[in-house]
Amino acid sequence: MRRIVYREWRIESSRYWSMLAILAGVIAIGGLAALYMEHHGHWVTGMTNSVVWGTPHIFAVFLIISASGALNVASIGTVFDKSFYKPLGRLSGLLAAALLVGGLLVLVLDLGRPDRLAVAMTTYNFSSIFAWNIFLYTGFVAIVIAYLWTMADRKGNPYKKPVGTFAFLWRLALTTGTGSIFGFLVGREAYDTAVLAPMFVVMSFAYGLAIYILVLMYSFEQDDRPIGPLMLKRLKDLLGLFVAGVLYFTLIYHLTRLYGAQTQNIEHFLLLTGGIYTLAFWLCWIIVGSLLPLGIIYHPEHSKNPKAIALASALVIFGGLAAMYVIIIGSQAYPQEMFPGKTVIEFGTPGDIGGAVAPYWPSLPELLLGIGGVAVALLITTVGIRVLQFLPESLADRAVDPHVAAAEARGR
Amino acid sequence: MSEHKQQPDTSHQPDAGRRDFLAKAAGLTSAAVAAGVVLHTAAVAAPRTTPVTDIKRWGMLVDTAKCADGCSACVEACEHENGLDLQEAPEGINPLKWDNQRSTWIRKVKLRDNLTGRITNLPLMCQHCEQPPCVDVCPTGASFKRADGIVMVDRHTCIGCRYCMMACPYKARSFIHERVAHKLTRAPRGKGCVESCNLCVHRLDNGEDTTACAEACREAGHAAIIFGDLNAPNGPLRDALREVNSRQIREDLELNTGVRYAGI
Repeated sequence: MRRIVYREWRIESSRYWSMLAILAGVIAIGGLAALYMEHHGHWVTGMTNSVVWGTPHIFAVFLIISASGALNVASIGTVFDKSFYKPLGRLSGLLAAALLVGGLLVLVLDLGRPDRLAVAMTTYNFSSIFAWNIFLYTGFVAIVIAYLWTMADRKGNPYKKPVGTFAFLWRLALTTGTGSIFGFLVGREAYDTAVLAPMFVVMSFAYGLAIYILVLMYSFEQDDRPIGPLMLKRLKDLLGLFVAGVLYFTLIYHLTRLYGAQTQNIEHFLLLTGGIYTLAFWLCWIIVGSLLPLGIIYHPEHSKNPKAIALASALVIFGGLAAMYVIIIGSQAYPQEMFPGKTVIEFGTPGDIGGAVAPYWPSLPELLLGIGGVAVALLITTVGIRVLQFLPESLADRAVDPHVAAAEARGR
Repeated sequence: MSEHKQQPDTSHQPDAGRRDFLAKAAGLTSAAVAAGVVLHTAAVAAPRTTPVTDIKRWGMLVDTAKCADGCSACVEACEHENGLDLQEAPEGINPLKWDNQRSTWIRKVKLRDNLTGRITNLPLMCQHCEQPPCVDVCPTGASFKRADGIVMVDRHTCIGCRYCMMACPYKARSFIHERVAHKLTRAPRGKGCVESCNLCVHRLDNGEDTTACAEACREAGHAAIIFGDLNAPNGPLRDALREVNSRQIREDLELNTGVRYAGI
């Protein structure tokens, strides 16, 4: 195998600055949306006392678990010694850190009191899994930066394996922690199950890799760098495996809830009668976000087409956002069951929600804040690959696979 | 240096009558204010100066057989006592949305048994769990349980993450979605923080022994809410709990709630 040469992203200056300007504009709009919500209060959002976590949480949780998943590619190269993936490691680390920063920003700016961030950083309740997550998130960024140093600096190279292994274990803990934020909630029917933790881990694998594939393909295509069909095949096969894994855990999750008598009602709601949530589950999450990309990934012809692979990745991301919508919003909209065997006729004031499904519709500021977080992640990535050597010059088959290189040499 | 002593210029002396008037007015004002302070102090009693202990555990029994259909005396008393009736809907908000966003500490709930059709009424508020899920999950410890069993929120350390609302099995907590123009000193609230029933903690800390809701229910002639000390073996609450069969809402969670219900 040839020595891998990394080079800065060398697209035209004008295009680079235009991209930065667009991303900065989107971030500014997201920032203004956050300022608007903070200034007026959350009454301008679709959130209520029933649906307390809205669209910003969909984006925040999605970005955070994707961050963890984006690091997978580096882990495969370092921890599992797959030399094929080693050239992909640097971008994997950068994208992981960038996505996490984007997600955390959304999370923080959606707090009722974002000005009290210092309180959250200095006053801890260690029985709270949320408090553990603050350490898991900040620690992740620090470890990934150290990991990037071991990948990029010759002095750090000897530490690559231990640091990479530590980062791998940390990212597993991080996603387990994020899944447990929901899985440890005993009072809500849709949560209160440990299966959510491993389900979030597998979701992170799929969504993080889908984002990684899109960023990799776009950045290489813009800079006329080659990606060999072998590399694309490996990546899309891996994506297919992860998407199938998500489907498996989704099946287990719902079977568990269906089997338990006390959770059958919420399953009935999510799977059959939940309106927009049922639609989001079946159409967006399962069909468009999972089965369709799987069909593309394993199609004998389309699977060889880079555009089809990009489309499959985009669909997986769409399905991931839909999954977050169902898990986060749908589960809150369903009324909490406090009185088994009884129907709630009234629950407080006439418009109050108790026995009925809580209404929620994402407001524009919530959506803009979420998109702003995505733009932050993309801006960090864009600047990173432009100013530092994150991207390999070539991912052509002969550059990454010694067997191909040897075969080519023999042929010559 | 002057050789003879300068005489005061009496032509510029202030009017002696006016000076007397001012002196008397000041005296009268002081007397009135002092009396007001004394009376006010007597009225509100001395604030708590000793630490809260676990000798008492505050709780209540709701007898749903006595909770009248259509009566909302407890809800109204709670709203008045804790300044919830001072909340103002932001301009332009949809009334239905406001109902879902305004702070609510007690809900009057009406249930129908699916098998028998029997109707039950009950007030639902923070259940003051012995093992409160909201306290477990709060990242900053703003959600806390006092030694006397009252679960409340420290609004100085609440960051408004709403995780406690996600964790509460009773939907007892409210988020302050809007700017706050009016509030009571005894029940401070601010935009972006979470709050819930605190068993009228200001009353208990000032030596009173009942909550606004229990008092209002008794005055309305129902006496469906009996408030008291769960730890007092011969107190009115334990007596009442001995007499009727009671249970906790979401008993399966084994939270050992401070609020018990009879007849559900």
